[in-house]
Amino acid sequence: MTQNKTYIQSYIKIENNEIVLNGETVFKTEPTDFGDFSKQAYRNFDIQYPKFFKMDALSKLAFLGAELLLSPITSSETENNIALVLANKSSSLDTDVKHQESISDKENYYPSPAVFVYTLPNICLGEISIRHQLKSENSFFIFEAFNPEFMSNYSNILLNSNKADTVLCGWVEFFNDNYKAFLCTISGKENTKYTNETINTLYNK
Amino acid sequence: MQESNKMTREIYINETNCITPLGFDVDSNIEAILRSDSGIQLHSDVSLMPNSFYASIISDENINNAFAEISSETKYSRLEKMMILALEPIIKNSGVELNSKTALILSTTKGNVTALKDNSGDSFNNAHLDVLAKNIANFFKFQTQPIVVSNACVSGILAVSVAKRMIQSELYDTIFVVAGDEVSEFVLSGFNAFQAMSELPCKPYSKNRTGVSLGEAVAAVLISAEAKNTKIKIIGDSSINDANHISGPSRTGEGLFRSIQNALKEAQIEGNKLDYISAHGTATPYNDEMEAIALNRLDLQNVPINSLKGFYGHTLGASGLLETVIAIESANRNMLFESKGFDEIGVSETINLIEKNEEATIHFFLKTASGFGGCNTAVIFEKIM
Repeated sequence: MTQNKTYIQSYIKIENNEIVLNGETVFKTEPTDFGDFSKQAYRNFDIQYPKFFKMDALSKLAFLGAELLLSPITSSETENNIALVLANKSSSLDTDVKHQESISDKENYYPSPAVFVYTLPNICLGEISIRHQLKSENSFFIFEAFNPEFMSNYSNILLNSNKADTVLCGWVEFFNDNYKAFLCTISGKENTKYTNETINTLYNK
Repeated sequence: MQESNKMTREIYINETNCITPLGFDVDSNIEAILRSDSGIQLHSDVSLMPNSFYASIISDENINNAFAEISSETKYSRLEKMMILALEPIIKNSGVELNSKTALILSTTKGNVTALKDNSGDSFNNAHLDVLAKNIANFFKFQTQPIVVSNACVSGILAVSVAKRMIQSELYDTIFVVAGDEVSEFVLSGFNAFQAMSELPCKPYSKNRTGVSLGEAVAAVLISAEAKNTKIKIIGDSSINDANHISGPSRTGEGLFRSIQNALKEAQIEGNKLDYISAHGTATPYNDEMEAIALNRLDLQNVPINSLKGFYGHTLGASGLLETVIAIESANRNMLFESKGFDEIGVSETINLIEKNEEATIHFFLKTASGFGGCNTAVIFEKIM
């Protein structure tokens, strides 16, 4: 397989009530829970997308990160061949626990399709695909911890085999109100901004 | 730019295995299919569902007896035992060294989700998919960190595609793929809440289909760049999202259409070269209709097609790999297997359902799957003639 050089274009981090885009804090709140933080972020960036409020926390987290990275580079008039490659440790366990609670007591049994659908980690890829109209490659992986080697290798495979023009890759971890998102866009377009950085150094920054 | 352009590696499936209600190896599964046996039975088990239900479930006794023959360890969950049972003979037969160039890909939607029933911290930890994968990898002493693919109902076939891509890029030489899911109260209650469960054994593509029958299984394969002991090559693959809805397929089958189109392009064959399609066919009204539309848009309506859900139910993250294992047997034996449960066509566009077992030369075949989150995967295989 041809191994062309690829470049990190932009990156975003969401953790500890703060959103950092390309190294700059673009939004921050006083310490609060993720539900409140995500709602404030949604209002701050004036995102017009009511479906956001139906999403589970993992999807909201991935959606917010993707929103700030992809909105500037996608348009509804053209095809956007941007692959999505996300991973985490806790899969959809935060929502799995909610579904489990709804079925554990036979006297109070209330399983709901609106919860059950989010008991799959890749639903957040679907939410991002719908928002940005990405009819593109997507896959969700699980690792014990952020695995920069796998993520960059797999992204490069998609780019080098022409299965995608750009890859949005990263880590979206959410469990029990603990969260961390790190997302970046990678493509073959030359960009000198992060030549001394890797997704690992940016993740740990 | 192209100076480093080597010949892309050719990728083969060298070994296959499966653990299902119809048998604990490939041959016994094929014998059952030829007899038209189905794993789907009526179950009355209030620990799984308040009412009786149809599902394809493996007996605990069979799992425990088979596992006792290879290990005396008692710490493994039911699903872990099934996964170990599926991998053990192919790791042994292959003689492959589990070194830094050998990977394990594990595909599942819900893994050990049954561990959530128990509130203890230890049990909760086991519900993590990376813990499941580590337990399996450590049993066999894999040297590399396992890779978990969890992408709803395309997981099993997407794992094949991921393995192919990673070997082509020369990150690994050999990849063992294992895919499995269980029938659990967790999943039954969810599908039931969606009103997606069939009252009777599922009837893919039929007029009176009303939904899925759930099932459980594990399948395992060995994928490598060596043509050893096999005639089956993976020649094209793609996995495209519908970008339409998170819990229902696109009405036009857009993601599936594009996935098949891309896979054909990479395989460098025309659609009319396909001799067989092993489709997803869950027997929900929307899924089967969507598939028929996508296939017609690609002019594939005359290619013989089946869904194996009538034999196994919908085995979620296992289904794509299990159905690939069976499709490979179809190709090797030049035999098209009936699409069990089918009676009268119930999709609006023509498709060429296989109504009874028949001999046919199979050179090229396609496996597809679609799932929640709008995901779709298509992989094309070639049998070397």
